[in-house]
Amino acid sequence: MSTTQESVVIAPSGHTGHASPGGSRKRLGPRWFTPWLYLLAPLALLAAFTYLPLADMVSYSFTDWDGLSPFSSFVGTKNYLDLFTRPELFQVFEVSLFYLVGSVVQIGAALYFATVLSFKTRLRNLFKGILFFPYLINGVAVGFVFLYFFQPGGTLDTVLHWFGVGPHLWLGDPDLVNVSLAGVSVWRFMGLNMVLFIGAIQSIPPALYEAAELDGANRWQQFRYIIAPGIRPIISLSAILAVSGSLAVFEIPFIMTGGSNNSETFVIQTIKLAFTFNKTGLASAAAVVLLLIVLALTWVQRTLVPDERVELT
Amino acid sequence: MQRIMLTTALATTGALLALSVTACAGGDAGSSNAAPSPADPAQVSGAITVLTNRTDQVQDGTLDGYAKRFNQIYPNVTVKFQGLTDYEGDVKIRLNSDNYGDVLSIPNSVPLKQYPTFFAALGPVAELSKTYDFTDHGTVNGTVYGIANIGTANGFVYNKAVWQQAGITDWPATPQRFQDDLRAIKDKTGATPYYTNYHDGWPLTNWGNALGSPSCDPAANDKLADTDQPWAPGQDLNTVDTLLYDVVHGKLTEADPNTTNWENSKSLIATGKVATMWLGSWAVVQMREAAKKAGANPDDIGFMPFPAQQGGQFCSVVRPDYQYAVNVHSPNKAAARAWLDWYITKSGDAQATLSISSVKGTPLPSSLTPFQTAGVRFVQLSYAKNAQVDEIDKASEVGLNAQDYPQHIVDVARGAAPGDLNSVLAQLNEKWAKGRSIGG
Repeated sequence: MSTTQESVVIAPSGHTGHASPGGSRKRLGPRWFTPWLYLLAPLALLAAFTYLPLADMVSYSFTDWDGLSPFSSFVGTKNYLDLFTRPELFQVFEVSLFYLVGSVVQIGAALYFATVLSFKTRLRNLFKGILFFPYLINGVAVGFVFLYFFQPGGTLDTVLHWFGVGPHLWLGDPDLVNVSLAGVSVWRFMGLNMVLFIGAIQSIPPALYEAAELDGANRWQQFRYIIAPGIRPIISLSAILAVSGSLAVFEIPFIMTGGSNNSETFVIQTIKLAFTFNKTGLASAAAVVLLLIVLALTWVQRTLVPDERVELT
Repeated sequence: MQRIMLTTALATTGALLALSVTACAGGDAGSSNAAPSPADPAQVSGAITVLTNRTDQVQDGTLDGYAKRFNQIYPNVTVKFQGLTDYEGDVKIRLNSDNYGDVLSIPNSVPLKQYPTFFAALGPVAELSKTYDFTDHGTVNGTVYGIANIGTANGFVYNKAVWQQAGITDWPATPQRFQDDLRAIKDKTGATPYYTNYHDGWPLTNWGNALGSPSCDPAANDKLADTDQPWAPGQDLNTVDTLLYDVVHGKLTEADPNTTNWENSKSLIATGKVATMWLGSWAVVQMREAAKKAGANPDDIGFMPFPAQQGGQFCSVVRPDYQYAVNVHSPNKAAARAWLDWYITKSGDAQATLSISSVKGTPLPSSLTPFQTAGVRFVQLSYAKNAQVDEIDKASEVGLNAQDYPQHIVDVARGAAPGDLNSVLAQLNEKWAKGRSIGG
């Protein structure tokens, strides 16, 4: 569901090899900085493209900058007051609920496929490829493909017609549009979740399945008592990403509807504030609030479901 | 894991980091901030870069052809062109630096009162308005900062053959008549009477340009600065938005507005599958081109004014297109100004694209001959209070030229959003009044 999952590197449970043989620092002498040299490039990029702009954005949120003028004045917390005295600005989070439900479906489907494809299935690499493929397609292309897919008399209507289901305005009907868009999102990101799950499942020692089979456990029981607990950290990570992703949906609705017809999300609304109405200060404040909401939700989630090390023995 | 979490959460707002364009101090100490027209072409020298949204003219060599002709008079000036596909977005960001070409079209997002920060003074309005139309659109405190090359008249592009097939030969003179005609088209032909272009949005924003056409009032735009109720009955915006609402509400438009396609709409109207679209005179050429490509008759594409008359006359508002300006940081202001003047007065670009030249006394293009024969009055809006109107528009978040405003009317009209015509107009009035109290 999230558009940011690409940046996550997963270390599956199990081995976390500590590479610090005793006394190595002494032997290295003045070369203690070598690891830092290697880290210089990624850290510089991280600072330049994530933390610096973020700091800038926070500072804009306390000004009345219009995004263009060389001058702006400090207005204190006025933007935040504006934001919180306009409840209609937060109404758009209702749209996020569709994506949240979508991400439950997405994680469920990803778990199912990951489990099925972890067992000996015919052509499983082909299926893995097919299911992962949508994630590799550029988001803009996905948007355009689905515009045709959802057109009246388009692919979806044609296929449904064979089963006697009448045509629908998939993007035109305000009650359907968010379901359609969330569907596209599920289609696009399910493969990524699946690959993450498969990676985690593969780190489970195969001997466990054998033992379970000897004890007479069926596939469901193997999933319930071996796989599900074995990959719990990854599932909880996916859940966190799904929630934050649902709150910050942007690409797909922006390309496909531009936020029209009841499909406006919080990020699209923020972009419009900044670029259509030149209220960069207010928009920055909105972005900061979104960041805080996401951080708070992440914190709540991690308090409720702590990240324990899983020992499968 | 914790670290990853934080990074991801931060990256979540990645799309918004686009906001974080570092502001750079403007103001130029050294050279003068004025760019007067040079007197002697032989004295003018230097290399200039022209930023343009017309990437098509860069590619097909039209602009280089102009540069060659320009060099016959100004042999010591080198002109280079930079075509930008996302003109508005790219230039807005570049305006934060000093590097935005020597001559450029002013992006719509720059508020009028900031023109002196970014662009060189071209001359006093009293003098320039003798030569050029639309100068007040780029004037701050009596000084002109931008001159338009062309203006566009507003009206409906329509397929004459389809309208005739439905038995209509005269232009409708009232909004009611217009709707009756569209209904006749729906009943008697297979065509979609009206195409909104809702999905692409920007063609739909032309409805905002209708301001002034129903009332024939050149002060229609300025009056917005002094009223809390621009959508009150009888006001232009009320008339215009009511018509859009009624057309959509009466199911005279395409089935699914969310999947409309601008490029495709050209061939739809050219081949008679769509009868009518509200656009500007600039669109006529493009539609005729599409008709040629589709093997249809280009002469079927016609242009009609807004269905309202004042004293038995139709009116059509003529608005300036992009205004050209000289970068205030340009080291070659004389060369830049020479190009700007030559391009607008001598290049013949306006005539070649069948547009209304902003040079006073130039005859109207052939696409508007029917307007002239029918005695349509061309109204040039006054932009004396445009800075104020612009500020209210932004503060109120109405967005008279943004796509959300007409899109919402379409949504309500087709039952996709709650409310009715009165509630939409009341809401717009309320927003405008609030915008005036904050920004105006």
